[in-house]
Amino acid sequence: MADAPFRVLPLIDDENRFFWTAGEDGRLRFLRCQSCGYYLHPPIPRCPECGSREVAPEAVSGRGEVFSVTVNHHPWDGGTEPYAIAIVAFPEQADLRMTSNVVGCPPEDVRIGMPVQVTFEARDDVWFPLFETVEAE
Amino acid sequence: MTDFERRSIISGIGQSDVGRRLGRTGLDLTIDAALAAVADAGLTLADVDGLATYPGAGLGGAGFAGPGSPEVHEALRLKLSWHSGGIEGAAQLAAVQNAVLAVGAGLARHVLVYRTVTESTEQGSGGRQGIGMGGLGMGGGGKVPKMGGQFQWNIPFRAYSAANWLALNAQRHFHEFGTTSEQMAMIAINARRNAGLNPMAVYRDPMTLDDYFASRMISTPFHLFDCDAPVDGSTAVIVSAAEHAPNVDHPVARVEAMGTALRGRPSWDQFDDLTTMAARDAGAQLWTRTDLTPDDVDVAELYDGFSFLTMTWLEALGFCAKGESGPFIEGGTRIALDGQIPVNTHGGQLSAGRLHGFGFVHEAVLQLRGEGGARQVPGKTVEVAAVANGGGPIAGAMLLTREA
Repeated sequence: MADAPFRVLPLIDDENRFFWTAGEDGRLRFLRCQSCGYYLHPPIPRCPECGSREVAPEAVSGRGEVFSVTVNHHPWDGGTEPYAIAIVAFPEQADLRMTSNVVGCPPEDVRIGMPVQVTFEARDDVWFPLFETVEAE
Repeated sequence: MTDFERRSIISGIGQSDVGRRLGRTGLDLTIDAALAAVADAGLTLADVDGLATYPGAGLGGAGFAGPGSPEVHEALRLKLSWHSGGIEGAAQLAAVQNAVLAVGAGLARHVLVYRTVTESTEQGSGGRQGIGMGGLGMGGGGKVPKMGGQFQWNIPFRAYSAANWLALNAQRHFHEFGTTSEQMAMIAINARRNAGLNPMAVYRDPMTLDDYFASRMISTPFHLFDCDAPVDGSTAVIVSAAEHAPNVDHPVARVEAMGTALRGRPSWDQFDDLTTMAARDAGAQLWTRTDLTPDDVDVAELYDGFSFLTMTWLEALGFCAKGESGPFIEGGTRIALDGQIPVNTHGGQLSAGRLHGFGFVHEAVLQLRGEGGARQVPGKTVEVAAVANGGGPIAGAMLLTREA
């Protein structure tokens, strides 16, 4: 794989630190309501389903599915190699999804519906949760 | 059905020079557009008692914002009963809608509403380099700041632009409904065909399907020709109390209904249905506020910051069923000037330039007045026009009718 590309770093605060440092132990985490079990992403301090303020980060399997994918060709950040931007959907909850990159394969090979597994790219004090294609279970 | 919107008319329209790299300030262009609109409405500056704009000063990337309302207020020495500027609301149309609300509430009688961009001059790269960065201001060199807020969830994954975010919506639409690039290309080709009849349009040379596919890929499935063209220009409209209509020496556009709803999550990637986006909600709401139906519409001016957005508006406003915009526009005959529902008769932002929403309002009013010149919808009097702005989690719609 080529050298890691340029990335804008997230501005870490007390609300999002758990997400951007979850890769330290290799586990993808989302905020989850401790009362009704609803995953909240992006993080917010109150469960919109049940109203509980008891929300805490919890690890998920890290497996998901490509819900949509685009191959970027425009050199926004100076990078000239095409790359895959995807929305990954997670089996833990119907509306749990995030935007990320699918890496480790030619970007044009990534298809909607492909199973993927989280992998982390470390940079400074941030672990970017990216995804690689895997065999279907 | 409601009568609230019908208390307002668009009594006048005005536009500055529109073009690439005009090298003039946003305020300078805005004054041109404002004076033209005021005169067109049969008014003087002393009659203007309201002022509204989108998005207000200082927001977004270079050349995106235009002057804020205090700058225009000061430059024109207006005496205002009501004023407003802001980026949060039902897309760029929010400024017009706010004016309609103010007039309907009696807070103002004649509201000057404007939108100004100088993105071509500010991007300054020459040629067709610029693609909107979603107003995030990544350009211009210097150290890139760390990203907080809502954009931390896409920018760090190198999804920098609305071109990327909306490409994900388009890809999902292609996946679910079998939509094709050949179909989507017809939005761009139709726009260019109409721009050829519009002397103000920035791109007027004919475009073939081969030209479309030869344009470089930006973010699949968007080619360069699916992305609107940054320009400099200002558009102004006067929203007046309906009682003013007889004082104007031309037909006016009566406001019939507005759509402002946003029922899904206000997010580019978390909205429940990627294939409809917020247009679904604003479009549906519009028809709850009028007795008219999509069959009554004579012309549709539908936002095309990206070609795909026009397709979603065709669905959201009921010109075709959900998911069927691809087959609907195939071949381009239904959306042509002489088609079932003429779309983007001035060339849209794809070919007439990215006046960012207000170009569609301007064109709708021209068509209702029968002043479209070579691009006037032929063979009938345009009685009803639909206008829509926005994409992703941002959407607003209006229905306008001709009042002679």
